[in-house]
Amino acid sequence: MNIKGESFRAYEYLLFALAAIAALVVCICLGSVNVPLKDTIQVFRRAIFGLDMPKELPSSIILTVRLPRVLCVALTGASLALSGAAMQGLLKNPLADGSTLGVSSGASLGAVVAIAFGISFKAVPFAGTTIMAVLFAFLSLLIILALAYRLDFSLSTNTIILIGVIYSMFVSSAMSILITFSSSKLHQITFWTMGSLNGSTYLNALVLFAAFAVFGAVLFAHARELNAFAIGEDNARSVGVNVKRTKLTVLICVSVLIGICVSIGGSIGFVGLVTPHAARFVAGPNHKRLLPASAFAGAIFLMLCDLAARMLFRPLELNIGVVTSFIGAIAFIIVFYRARKAAANA
Amino acid sequence: MLEVNALSVSYGELDILKDVSFTVDTREWLMIAGPNGAGKSTIINAITGGAPYKGNISLDGLDIRAKKPGELAKSIGVLTQNHYVGYSFSVEEVVRLGRYAYAPGIFSKKCGMDNDMVELALEKTGMTAQRKQSVLTLSGGELQRTFLAQVFAQDPKYLLLDEPTNHLDLVYQRQVFSLIEDWLGQKDRAVISVVHDLSLAKAYGTKALLLSRGRAAALGPIEEALSRRNLEQVYSMDVYAYMREMLGQWQ
Repeated sequence: MNIKGESFRAYEYLLFALAAIAALVVCICLGSVNVPLKDTIQVFRRAIFGLDMPKELPSSIILTVRLPRVLCVALTGASLALSGAAMQGLLKNPLADGSTLGVSSGASLGAVVAIAFGISFKAVPFAGTTIMAVLFAFLSLLIILALAYRLDFSLSTNTIILIGVIYSMFVSSAMSILITFSSSKLHQITFWTMGSLNGSTYLNALVLFAAFAVFGAVLFAHARELNAFAIGEDNARSVGVNVKRTKLTVLICVSVLIGICVSIGGSIGFVGLVTPHAARFVAGPNHKRLLPASAFAGAIFLMLCDLAARMLFRPLELNIGVVTSFIGAIAFIIVFYRARKAAANA
Repeated sequence: MLEVNALSVSYGELDILKDVSFTVDTREWLMIAGPNGAGKSTIINAITGGAPYKGNISLDGLDIRAKKPGELAKSIGVLTQNHYVGYSFSVEEVVRLGRYAYAPGIFSKKCGMDNDMVELALEKTGMTAQRKQSVLTLSGGELQRTFLAQVFAQDPKYLLLDEPTNHLDLVYQRQVFSLIEDWLGQKDRAVISVVHDLSLAKAYGTKALLLSRGRAAALGPIEEALSRRNLEQVYSMDVYAYMREMLGQWQ
């Protein structure tokens, strides 16, 4: 009975994948112009087999506008949710996430610094902002955790969130200073503070996919270590987990994933907080199931948020970050309330 | 043999432990006793790598700092007093984690003994029926038995206990200690435990280290180390007389 294992079985993965593909197709069909499902399928079929595209099919909307965008949204959602789940396990804290800890803000600051000072690399168009965002995300995590450890060794929920809030405020004031001195780039900079995947390209999707494939895989490989941390860091040490190395590895992976997501889509809050919780209801706390479930749930959740952002006030489009923050803030309160109640009952 | 040589731990200016030395050999149960703040738990923390220290701790002649965490976990297991688990892991998931050191990598082969050891540990601690239950719903005694099962599954040579029954009712206290006594009965095993309950120390220990303000006040066979004179010096009261007086309540 034990061999049946802690991981999902193949058919469960298939179900998740089907759900994600269904969401993807819906998101491609719906938008400022609704495309019937059979036309969408036609476009895909003809594009894949290299057939002639009849004029009446809306191939350019689907292939050059919606598909890259929806792919970016799905990959961003998966990466952010995976990062959130990993951090919630590592820190044994159900409220840890890129946005609550201030990591996303840190990454945005990095991107803004890159724009304001014109840091770029000729070979790759957006490498400057990406690298700076990743670097700042990692530095932010180090600063926040070092502060939290100094103040309160047990890393209690309240301490971490308080520090995250203060750090985010600090970062936003630093950002204001930068904006004041580089008003010519104001438009580009405000993009990063709002978060939107409008106008994403296939190259963006490829970068996101590569990051997810490499750093996501490393996180998946650390599922057992994350289980040990989620039970307690001391317990992890006593069963033989290399505590320092695991922490560093997970933090680097999370920083890279969040940094790249932010550099492409701007700061999209709360995805990493909300989806792991929803996933935990279905999959339980074991990271062998929780991590893949969170990634799929994150992709689906963010695709639906993006759809809502496009559809709710058509033809006006909301920023996707606005939608997730709206839902996320409410979910945050619920999670916080439940965590406090559980702590009070313990 | 676990050898601790001139162990010192300090936090800033404050010396928590100063020049403490002792050895523990197989079949021995060392009790570390002493008043609050004497540095009892710090010894456990130093051995498990939770506190930076000066001095030397070696296992069968090898410095423990040179060992990889996984290797160390096969030799030394720890049971502490408080477990606050934040997520609803099942009893079995917690116990199974005890086998981590035997297959740390994702590609490392499953050790054939893993399942047997987990089953045995669950059975020994009487947690088999609750194996699927969430640890969040367990009583204090059941939770402690779950972590005891984890350390049994880990199968170390040395078991370190940091006041494992501090907050437990007497029934569970007896249960946990007799389980550990059974465990010690198998070959090549040794136990080091921190206790503040001197009656427990005398009942189960073979050897004792009496600490006073971070220094070793006495070390030796249990009766000698916890002698009337030693205890009187360390606790500044006649412990023997007090204990007998308390016992008198039950006649």
